[in-house]
Amino acid sequence: MTFNLAILTDNWRDLLDGMVLTVLIWAGGTVMGLAIGLMVAVVQLLTNRWIAAPLNVYVAVMRGTPFLIQLFIIYYGGPFFGLDLTPMVAGVAGLALYGGAYFSEIFRAGFVSVPPGQIEAARMMGISRLAIVRHVQLPQMLVIILPALANMTVLLSKETAVLSVITVNELTSVVQSIGSTTFAFAETLLFLALVYWAFLEIVTAAARRLEKRVGRFMLRTQN
Amino acid sequence: MAEEKTPNSRPIIDVRGVWKRFGSAEVLKGIDLQIKKSEVTCIIGPSGSGKSTLLRCIAFLEEYSEGEIYIEGELLGFSLENGGRRRVSDAEVDRVRRNVGFVFQQFNLWPHMSALENVAMPLKLSRGMPREEAARRARAMLEKVGLGHRTQAYPSQLSGGQQQRVGIARALAMEPHIMLFDEPTSALDPELVGEVLQVMRDLASEGMTMAVVTHEMGFAAQVADTVMFIDHGIIAASGSPNEVFRENQNSRLRQFLQNYFERNVFWQGSEGAAAP
Repeated sequence: MTFNLAILTDNWRDLLDGMVLTVLIWAGGTVMGLAIGLMVAVVQLLTNRWIAAPLNVYVAVMRGTPFLIQLFIIYYGGPFFGLDLTPMVAGVAGLALYGGAYFSEIFRAGFVSVPPGQIEAARMMGISRLAIVRHVQLPQMLVIILPALANMTVLLSKETAVLSVITVNELTSVVQSIGSTTFAFAETLLFLALVYWAFLEIVTAAARRLEKRVGRFMLRTQN
Repeated sequence: MAEEKTPNSRPIIDVRGVWKRFGSAEVLKGIDLQIKKSEVTCIIGPSGSGKSTLLRCIAFLEEYSEGEIYIEGELLGFSLENGGRRRVSDAEVDRVRRNVGFVFQQFNLWPHMSALENVAMPLKLSRGMPREEAARRARAMLEKVGLGHRTQAYPSQLSGGQQQRVGIARALAMEPHIMLFDEPTSALDPELVGEVLQVMRDLASEGMTMAVVTHEMGFAAQVADTVMFIDHGIIAASGSPNEVFRENQNSRLRQFLQNYFERNVFWQGSEGAAAP
């Protein structure tokens, strides 16, 4: 048996479909996860502990259990609770809920990083707590938390592979089926690894550019 | 109700029997004071005496534990009902203290905004002022504190004295009826103190009602109508600058002033010590 890259070119259409689906799942899960994470962190910040308590439980459970188990529970366990989801919907929702828990912790740390005096000043000007989040806290903390957000986004790209276990035909699932029919595991798995690595590089480069943009006011500090 | 007939005699700030506790520590132990329109009140005292806590209670940046604080006749932070008191909503707190401006020791400017934006943003967000009008008002306020040429600078590009003047402009833009200053010059290099005090002097001469927690005895002596000496959570002495700085014989006050003078003597000449 020899290393034969023709396996990849022969199956380029399936691989492309898988890759497109992976990117869609990843983008959907990340965007929804960011929204969930921000909402959870803001509610934890602005409400009393009785409202925050169930959210703390959500964050603890999502961070404390394997994503694989969470997906099984949503997809295979869902029907027992009247929740009959397609594999795709269950997968993206699962990824969003999983990522949201981690994103909320990153946002929470970000909120704490803005000095309380700045918030007192805004409160004395009659600015509402929500407007303070939007205009005082978020613009400053984004510079600080962007690397952590980018890191979590990269981790989510790799977690999309887990969706293969609930029959979503994303890239890992495609590669596995090509491998098991042709026995060309070396070529296909190497290709798979390279694709995920490319995701990492793209996200990192994008985050760098974004960091420079949102951090403009800090760069001015140095000159 | 003789007071009602002459509204000018009604105090802007009326503090009655206020206590503040942090856990078991009693920081304010029954404070009573009134500040009338156009009066300048300077609050002095050793560090840890509770003077900043008092000012923060008047702004409701700290919830007072007991007593009542009225701002222009309205109870601040609480509503009284059948013998007890209940914390009111943030929006209600905002409403009662809408005419109170606060200047912080650490300036507390927003570092991601230019000087102009620091002053204009609150006008837009809490007064709903259109962008153009807010910018115009902000520019006028910055000119008033001598920073008309630095409107586009970010806080990190300004000196401490300039930052504090932006802080004052930001509070003034809201057209407050009273300005509270919490050690406004304590975080500044000595050579920058003067420019901030000058702005405050100008404000006082325009008739602004002010309460100033300060270590600047010279400023207090020259500008204040009333000087209050706070020690261990009570007002130990109060009166005109002359009464407090020269006549009052409270031993803690005399000790405090003696320490202040000794610290500020920098030349021992043949004629003896030079007081500032």
